Amino acid sequence: MSGSAPIIASTHPNDGLLRADRFPHILCPGCGIGTVIHCYVDAMAASGLALSDHACVSGIGCSGRAAGYVNVDSYHTTHGRALPFALGIAVYKPGMRVTVISGDGDLAAIGGNHLIHAARRNVDLTVICINNFNYGMTGGQAGPTSPRGSVASTAPEGVHDRPFVLPDLVRAAGASMVSRWTVLHVRQLRDAILRGMQKRGFCFIEALSPCPTNFGRANDLGDGMAEMEVYRERCELADGTPGYDALDIDLTDHTRPILVGDFLDIERTPYQPVGEHTA
Amino acid sequence: MAEPAPGRRPMDLDRARTTRGTVHVIPERCKECGFCVGYCPEDVLAFSADSNAKGYHYPVLASGREDACVHCGFCNLICPELAIFTTELADDAGGTTS
Amino acid sequence: MTAQAAGQERVLTGTHFMLGDHACAEGALAAGLDFFGGYPITPSTEIAERLARRLPRVGGKFVQMEDELGSAVAIIGASAAGARSFTATSGPGFSLMMESIGLAAMMEIPIVIVDVQRASPSTGLPTMVGQSDALQARWGSHGDYGVAAYSPASPQECFDLTLLAFDVADRYRIPVLLMMDEVVAHMTERVVIPAADAIQRGQRPRPDHAPGATRHLPYAVGDTLVPPMAHAGEGYCVHMTGLTHDERGYPALNEATHNQLVNRLVDKVRLNAGEIERYEEYALEDAETVVVAFGCTSRSAREAVKRGRAAGRKCGLLRLVSLWPFPEARLRGLLERGRVQRFLVPEVNLGQMRREVERLTQLPVLRLNHAGGAMPTPEDILAVIP
Repeated sequence: MSGSAPIIASTHPNDGLLRADRFPHILCPGCGIGTVIHCYVDAMAASGLALSDHACVSGIGCSGRAAGYVNVDSYHTTHGRALPFALGIAVYKPGMRVTVISGDGDLAAIGGNHLIHAARRNVDLTVICINNFNYGMTGGQAGPTSPRGSVASTAPEGVHDRPFVLPDLVRAAGASMVSRWTVLHVRQLRDAILRGMQKRGFCFIEALSPCPTNFGRANDLGDGMAEMEVYRERCELADGTPGYDALDIDLTDHTRPILVGDFLDIERTPYQPVGEHTA
Repeated sequence: MAEPAPGRRPMDLDRARTTRGTVHVIPERCKECGFCVGYCPEDVLAFSADSNAKGYHYPVLASGREDACVHCGFCNLICPELAIFTTELADDAGGTTS
Repeated sequence: MTAQAAGQERVLTGTHFMLGDHACAEGALAAGLDFFGGYPITPSTEIAERLARRLPRVGGKFVQMEDELGSAVAIIGASAAGARSFTATSGPGFSLMMESIGLAAMMEIPIVIVDVQRASPSTGLPTMVGQSDALQARWGSHGDYGVAAYSPASPQECFDLTLLAFDVADRYRIPVLLMMDEVVAHMTERVVIPAADAIQRGQRPRPDHAPGATRHLPYAVGDTLVPPMAHAGEGYCVHMTGLTHDERGYPALNEATHNQLVNRLVDKVRLNAGEIERYEEYALEDAETVVVAFGCTSRSAREAVKRGRAAGRKCGLLRLVSLWPFPEARLRGLLERGRVQRFLVPEVNLGQMRREVERLTQLPVLRLNHAGGAMPTPEDILAVIP
C-alpha cells in the first residue's frame, strides 16, 4: 500500500474539455459514469471539431449529470426527455454534433418511446446509454434493464420482469450504429463514441457500468472494481449482430458470457425534415 | 518485455521502441476506485499510504516499478475522476529501445 | 402560379377568408417560425397540417413527434439552439406538456404552446368547445413560475396573438400559451395579414460580448430580470438545467438560491404585467354590470351587452385578451370608480376565471357556466344581466 510519489498535478490535460471547476464530481467511488464522461471528451477532442460544434444533452439520474461536467453547450433536461430535446437542436442546427448521455432508466423506461422513435427516424445523434442496471440516484430501484433475479429496493425478492436488451431494441427500431462496451473497454468505448460523432444518423452505444453503491451492494457484487472484474472475466467479443437471447445479461450465472462489440454499422439516410427553401 | 512465442516474433522487434512515461496524479480528485491500480498493464501503480482530504488513498508509484510506465494511457482514460494521466518521457530522459 | 398561391411566401400579406387554426399557423409563420414539433389532436390538427405544407417551403423544420411529451421538449431544444419554435395541441396533449412548461420556465427558454380547448376533462368531447384549461395554463406545471396566456376571440386574433405570443416569449424568455377554443379554431372569418416589413418582432435579449471574450454567465441578470440568451452552437458553452441553478447555470441545491431564482421567474411576468397583459373594453364608462369574458364566449357577451344597452341596461364588457397576467390593475380601476354593482363571468367551464374576479372584489359575481360542448348564446347572457 505504498510507493514513491508520482508527479503531483493540479490540472488534467483534458480539463479544457470539462467544467473542471465542478470537479470532483458528485458520482460515487467505483461508479463508471465518470469514465464514460472521460471517453466522451476524449472522443470530442479526437473529432477535430471545435467545442462549439458539440452539444451534450442529458436526462435525469446519475448519468443525467454527465452534461453538467462537459465544457460544451450542455443541457440537463427532465426525466426521459433528453432525446427530443437533442432532436430539436440536431434538426435545427444540422451542423452540430449532438450527443446524448443518459442512463438506462431515463432512456429506456420513462424515455423509451422517444428512444425507439429517434432510432426509427434515424435522427443524427450519438446516444451513450450508461447501463448500471438500476435507478442509482434514487437509491437502487429496479429498472428496465435490471437482470431477472437481481435484487433492488423495489424488487426485494428479485426482479421478475424481462429486461430490455437495448442494443437489440435499438437495432430493431432502425438505428445506423449499435455498440455495447463496458467502462473497462475504454478504448473501444471511446472509439465507438468517436465513430458515432463522425457518422450521420442514430448511433447508439450502450456502456455497461458498475453501480457499487446501489446495484452492486444489493446484489453482492462488491465494489466497483469487483464489478469491473466481472466484465473482465466474462465479456466476449460478439460476432456479427447477436439477438435478444445472446445479448441478455445474467450477472449471477458465471458461465454465461456478456457479449460486447460493435454490432451494427450501416449506412441509412439520416433524418432531416425537408426544410430548404424551394422557391 | 516477455519474449514473443517462436514464429510470432515481429520482424522489426529489434528496432521497436518502448515508449516511456511519467505518471501525474491529482490527489484531491481521487476516490480510490482502484481502476488505475488494478488495470495498469505494467503494474506501475499502488495506493498511497496517506490519504487525501476526503480520506481516499490515491495512486502512487509501486515500489520497484517507478520507471516501468510505458505511457499507454489506460490509467488516464479509465479514471472516472480525471485524476491521473501520463506524459511521454523523451528518449534522452530515460526512454529505451529494446 | 404565383408564389403566394404555391404557399412559398412566409407572410401571406393580404385579406383572407381563413380558419382560426390556419390563421394561428400563419401568425406563427409571420412571426418567423423556424421549428414546429407536434402530435395530431383534435381540434388543433389543422395547425399542424397547414404547417406541414407551409413551413418546409419557407425554410423551417416540421417534425411530427411521437407524442406531446416529445413535442414540447423538442421545441425547447430547438429554441435553445435559437429557433423560434412552437407546438399546437388540445387538452389531453396540453396535460402531457405540463412538465415541459416548467422546464422551459426554469431554463428560461422561450416557447409558444397553442392549446385549442375542447370539452374536458379526459377525452371529453373531442370535437366540441371548452374553456376549462384556463387555470391549468397558469398553474398546471408543478411549482411557481411565470407564464403569459392569451385567448383569441376571432381568427384575426388567432393571427395577431400568435405573433404577440412569440414576441413575449422571446422578450421575457418564458413559455407563452395561446389558449384558443374549438369554436374560434374552427371559425372562418376575415383575416388581414400585414406586409412582412410591417411586422415588428420582439427579440430575445442576447449577450453583449463575443463568445470566449469573457466567461459567459447564462443566468446573470440586470435590471430587466431577463438574462441574455446564448444559443447552442455559438461558442458560449452554456449549461442549462431544470435543477435550481446559479448564474453560471450550475446546480446550486440550496434554499437561498432557489428562493431567489423562483421569485425572479415569477417577477419577470409580475413586474412586467403592464407590458404583457392585454384586454379590451366595451361600454364600460358607466357600467353597473361588468361582463368579464374571453375567447368565443366574449363574442356572445359583446352581443348581449350591445342588446342590453339598447334596452337601457347599464352593462359593459371587459374582454380578457390575456388570461395571464390577469388584468388586475384594470379591474381594480373599474372598482375605484364606484359605479360597478356586479360582475358576470360567462365561461365554458364551471367557474375558472370567475375565481380571479371574486378574488379581487367584494361585489357579487354572477355566474353563467356550461361544462363544455356548447357556448352561451347572447340571449343566455342577456338573461342574467339585470
